[in-house]
Amino acid sequence: MSVQSISQPIAATSGAKTAAERFSLENRLSAWQIGIAMSALSLGIFLGIMQGLEHAGIDLYSYIRPAFQSYYQGLTIHGVLNALVWTTFFITGFFTTAITRSLDLPISKPWLAKLGFGMMVVGLLMTAYPLFANLATVLYTFYPPLQAHWSFYLGLTLIVVGSWVAGYAFYFTYGAWRKENKGVKTPFIALAALITMVMWQIATLGVAVEILAMLLPWSLGLLPGTDALLGRTLFWYTGHPLVYFWLLPAYLSWYGMVPKQAGGKLFSENLARLVFWLFLILSTPVGFHHQYTDPGIPQGWKMLHGLFTYGVAFPSLLTAFTIAASLETGGRARGGKGWFGWIRKLPWNNPSFTAQNFAMILFAFGGISGVTNASYSMNLAVHNTTWMPGHFHLTVGSATTLTFMGIAYWLVPMLSGRQLFSPKAALAQAWTWLFGMIFFSNGMHMLGLHFGAPRRTMLGAAPYRDAAWNPLLMESLLGVTILTISATLFFYVIIMTVLAGKKAKEPVEMPIAESLDDSPTPAWLDRWRGWVYGAVALVILAYGPMLYVLVNEMQLIPLPPGFRVW
Amino acid sequence: MHVDKYEQVWIRISIFVLVVFTLAVLTATVSAGIQVPGVEGRVDPNLITTPGASPWAAPSVRELAPGKYEAYVLAQIWRFDPGEIRIPAGSEITFYVTSKDVQHGLKIMDTNINMMILPGQVSKLKTTFNNPGTYDVVCHEYCGIGHHTMYGQIIVEATADTTTTE
Ligand code: HEM
Ligand SMILES: [Cu+2]
Repeated sequence: MSVQSISQPIAATSGAKTAAERFSLENRLSAWQIGIAMSALSLGIFLGIMQGLEHAGIDLYSYIRPAFQSYYQGLTIHGVLNALVWTTFFITGFFTTAITRSLDLPISKPWLAKLGFGMMVVGLLMTAYPLFANLATVLYTFYPPLQAHWSFYLGLTLIVVGSWVAGYAFYFTYGAWRKENKGVKTPFIALAALITMVMWQIATLGVAVEILAMLLPWSLGLLPGTDALLGRTLFWYTGHPLVYFWLLPAYLSWYGMVPKQAGGKLFSENLARLVFWLFLILSTPVGFHHQYTDPGIPQGWKMLHGLFTYGVAFPSLLTAFTIAASLETGGRARGGKGWFGWIRKLPWNNPSFTAQNFAMILFAFGGISGVTNASYSMNLAVHNTTWMPGHFHLTVGSATTLTFMGIAYWLVPMLSGRQLFSPKAALAQAWTWLFGMIFFSNGMHMLGLHFGAPRRTMLGAAPYRDAAWNPLLMESLLGVTILTISATLFFYVIIMTVLAGKKAKEPVEMPIAESLDDSPTPAWLDRWRGWVYGAVALVILAYGPMLYVLVNEMQLIPLPPGFRVW
Repeated sequence: MHVDKYEQVWIRISIFVLVVFTLAVLTATVSAGIQVPGVEGRVDPNLITTPGASPWAAPSVRELAPGKYEAYVLAQIWRFDPGEIRIPAGSEITFYVTSKDVQHGLKIMDTNINMMILPGQVSKLKTTFNNPGTYDVVCHEYCGIGHHTMYGQIIVEATADTTTTE
């Protein structure tokens, strides 16, 4: 049995209203979420640049005191704003647009969407206060027994729970669509976004339990202490699927939108659907690969999660083929010939396309270094060295961030009704990000691999710093310089688009790629129950026994009152 | 479900590569004796400095047999105790490390020793130092404002049979 494709959904009911009128709430919500995300990113990147300079021996922190007291306060803010705030706000904003346009249906319970957004904003303010007051310099992983101000923990919880509530608004909208469209297959973009949100709900349970059952009561003085290993385990239960929460929206765009922008079609939509389902079940049971070097976790469990990690690499390998093949259909449709001739014909003058294409290229490198990290044995060489920031600036810092920037190049014009200001500057932004990131990331990777330089460290001031590190630090400094130009261009283009962009002659629309393969979609690729059960079962199998042991053995270790290490 | 024929080939290659990787890691782990920390039991960080209550009350290096050592190292803000360890070249040394306060990391440069140090847990790894020289022992997990100053040294001294006679 298979589900039908949609012919022309709902077109009749939309009547005379324009898209801007039908989706006015969705547009406003998206605009706010994305605006907040970008503001967070601007400050986050500024602090990243300060860190890069410090590593190279240029310590500018005395100039930004007292706003930022230390390298580590800055690093905490860099991690929280970039990895948590920029991503979560952008993703909810992007999905608010993506799901409703893909289903061609406004949000069915607006109050729920507004409530979710409101919680996220309150959460952000509550997180920001202790961060800026230097009361939560615990880095974005907040490993106990580092103790932050309670407002930091509660704020983070509200951001996460707010994003759940935003997710509920999406599920209700989907339910409403489903009622009207019995037996019709879910449009790909909506399905991919919904799967991502469900994965996120399963994944964030770990950190929600860590905070609500342990850290928050402890910071309020209701609990005498914390258990470091239990805290790490709950954190990394969430921490790895967190990276798929950052990545899947980029995949959604690469599969569901970029082929259209390239003038082609989505090569194999059914496999694309399968890929998202596989991520739903495989994202979570792999967290111990972040804890290979932790004491107190048996080697066998580490090994098991390591093997699952290779499993979750499989859907990414599938993605590489399908995306390349989809782009090829675009290049050939635009007149490209021969083995590689189609590449030249891709729309390289379109900044949204180019930025996302470069994001894919950087991600290919990131994937390779990621497979290295995941292998049980090689991890020892690179764990907690600068190799790691080298790696994840290619993934979340590029695959995700540069893709979102590319998305912004059509989404901001769509939401603001204005033309993109200076597509040339936007193109230059994509190119500079590509090269800046190559230098920055290569320098960091090599510094970690060859010299074991530790991450999360004020390297410029470290007594064990070695002169032999300098060439690599200089390479990464070159990268930081180019990235500074790139980031400046990005914010310039966005701000000028909103403030001074020409009114768009025609409303910009969300790119939706058609499917090349019109063979029917098997019904099991459009049914939730089995996949969700599978995901939960794998989580219980991979985490249940170890969590049971850790909770049983839990030691609540108190620290002297007011013990603060920063 | 219809799958394009090139894509089918790609899927087979992907699975094959992942299986090869898995086997490579398994064999490397077994044959090269790659070791990561495991379960060594819990300690009570509150008692850790009480004399007699734990080996970390007086952190030190002990010689178990000629060329065989064990080191009880206590990590705390922002130093390792003992901060300097001297052993002759060719010695095998087993590290037992725990933390008195927050989380730390321990990496010995130019070796395979890399582990997290948590309060309440013991991290154990062993290695052999064949080449004389000074090895930096660096804390690689953020542990507060002085984190970058937290390091120690292992001095591997040349012995009669490792020094070249002149
Ligand atoms: C574009 C300019 C950027 C520069 C120059 C930069 C620089 C850096 C540097 C030097 C570090 C390492 C600090 C250390 O280990 O001591 C770092 C850490 C980090 N960066 Fe960036 N970064 C940039 C953008 C981003 C972006 C866009 C993201 C994510 C969206 C990001 C996420 C992170 C995270 C999660 C960490 C780890 C923080 C931690 O270890 O607690 N960065 N960054
Ligand atoms: Cu430390």
